[in-house]
Amino acid sequence: MTTTIIKTTTRILAPLILVFGAYIILHGHLTPGGGFQGGAVFASGLALLIVACETDVVKKRFEKVPLSPLESIGALGFLGMALLGLMGYTFFRNVIANSGFIFGGRTPIGINPGFLNTGGTLAYMNIFVGMKVLAGLTSIVLIFFLLLGGKKDEW
Amino acid sequence: MMEHLPALMIAVPLFGAFTTPLLKKRYSLASMWAIIITAATLGLSLLLVQEVLSKGIIVYVFGAKNPSLVLPSGYRVPVRIIFEIDAIGAFMALSATLMSFIGALYSYSHVRMESGLEKYYALLLLLEVGILGMVLTGDLFNLFVFLEIAGIAGSALVGFRNYRGEASEAGIKYLIVSAVASLMVLFSIGLLYGQYGNLNIAYLSTQIHFDTVDMIALGLLFVSFAMKCGSVPMHYWVPDAYTEVPAGINPTLLVATYASLYALFRVSFSLFGAITWNMARVGWIMSILGVLTMFIGVTMALVQKDVKRLMSYHAISQTGYMLLGVGVGLTVLNDPAKLSAFGRTAMAGGIFHIINHIIYKSLLLMTAGALFYVTGTRNLNEMGGLARRMPYTTIAFIVGAAAISGIPPFNGFASKFLIYETSYQLNPLLAVIAMVTSVLTLASFVKVFASAFLGPPLEKYNEVREVPKPMVAAMIILAVLCILFGLFPNVVLKNLIYPAVDALLKLAQYQSWGGLA
Repeated sequence: MTTTIIKTTTRILAPLILVFGAYIILHGHLTPGGGFQGGAVFASGLALLIVACETDVVKKRFEKVPLSPLESIGALGFLGMALLGLMGYTFFRNVIANSGFIFGGRTPIGINPGFLNTGGTLAYMNIFVGMKVLAGLTSIVLIFFLLLGGKKDEW
Repeated sequence: MMEHLPALMIAVPLFGAFTTPLLKKRYSLASMWAIIITAATLGLSLLLVQEVLSKGIIVYVFGAKNPSLVLPSGYRVPVRIIFEIDAIGAFMALSATLMSFIGALYSYSHVRMESGLEKYYALLLLLEVGILGMVLTGDLFNLFVFLEIAGIAGSALVGFRNYRGEASEAGIKYLIVSAVASLMVLFSIGLLYGQYGNLNIAYLSTQIHFDTVDMIALGLLFVSFAMKCGSVPMHYWVPDAYTEVPAGINPTLLVATYASLYALFRVSFSLFGAITWNMARVGWIMSILGVLTMFIGVTMALVQKDVKRLMSYHAISQTGYMLLGVGVGLTVLNDPAKLSAFGRTAMAGGIFHIINHIIYKSLLLMTAGALFYVTGTRNLNEMGGLARRMPYTTIAFIVGAAAISGIPPFNGFASKFLIYETSYQLNPLLAVIAMVTSVLTLASFVKVFASAFLGPPLEKYNEVREVPKPMVAAMIILAVLCILFGLFPNVVLKNLIYPAVDALLKLAQYQSWGGLA
């Protein structure tokens, strides 16, 4: 599967895809998309990298990557952000919005290009969901790759 | 903290589900953790039942300034996700948490030798979350989301023993059935949303004027929930799923099935409860489906040789009793005289049968799991003389078999008797079929008892010992509950079942979110 064409294309495309995925996650509260979509884009970039490398290299690189704990931490972080609302309000209450904390900036009224430093817990939740989705999808791709790995294609 | 109880019911098992995968390779720790989390959830649900019974409907609005802010100032429609818990929701939540606890306790020994247990317990807790969300929510789309969670977690658990081909097949079957059912649910939710622009069940039920599109939505919801609860023309997935799932998951999977039954009741009584069209037709359909379900289920069970498969066909058959009981109530819903004469009692019978059936069927499936644990086979022809070796399992099996056949003083008798009495008043034929089904049930369990437990001791089972203590404890708890519910049915009926029935019948209270708006 790893031909020169794939390797060269990946070298150019993979960084772009990874950056685009991170962009979608971070701008989830401003533009279309969010944690899930961004995570999926990010994971597709990682999938491209996995496909472009030899099985041994992939095995070595991913040996130390804690994909499964990352998935748990993403979900727990999401739950933790929701639980923050229990400090005086209700579950899922956006307590960080307009509080001046990171992502807690005040949203100006009227037409504006969108400010990154707003959104409150939404932005954090997008990051956590993105983390979970990219870890989950990457581990699925990795399992399939390693299951089929080692088998040389015919051509 | 009491006002946050509904949110904690979801948050605590979710927390458990996401922390268990972190305990990779430390299986006994993961099992202990799952037992602790399910026990904590059971405690929370007991508190919830007490709150609901003493204070009426609990409403919890997610993300609002305070939990009871249903309509923010300036709004005339609810805009947030709302949990609305009445007595029947609390009743189902109690069953779900009790059974998850029993299942986790039983699993501690039952699946100890398998690998990937941290995922097993994570999925068990996710399944619990799915059920709890389905029964607590007051929002139609939320119902769909939790239905999906329960369906996916359930199918992964059904296929847990993936080294067996049959388990993978059953898992795929369950996945397809859940996917089809939840897609149809999503489609009908879309129809209703397009019509009324809102998803809150209580609000929708005040708006519905029942034109053709609504009729299609009702039909789709009815069929897809009937499919998920294993009613007869759509029962094919039940035997496979219940047979192949590890016995520790059986209790929770049973409750997942009945959460769909709860959704069916919620749709018929609350969502479409206010329409002028006579619900008697839907009630008759439900009753006839019930009778067909019980009879076909039991006749299929009579010929089985696989002990768990036999019990799974009985699970189909017992679902028929619930459909019959509540169907009789739905038939006479618009007729106050008949409703108070026998309709309310019929519904109580149907709903009482839900918890009774969950208890004794879990007990029976767990004894089947214990037989599998010691003998390594589920074929009845290869077992024999096990009563001498496994006294506790034998006692648990006798209690469960007597309860499912409706023998007094066990709990099956209490609810079945209510159903016979009341369905007789609607149409004697219904009651006759229900009784014949009961007799056939007894016949097939006598067969199981004779071939597995009685008879001369077989040489190959000379080394067999009683199953480990956690499994025995789980079975004994359920057996004791069987006897207690059978000896004091009036206590349970008065404190749990009749409030649940009244919650279904009192639509006006549900529509006003318990008087908040």
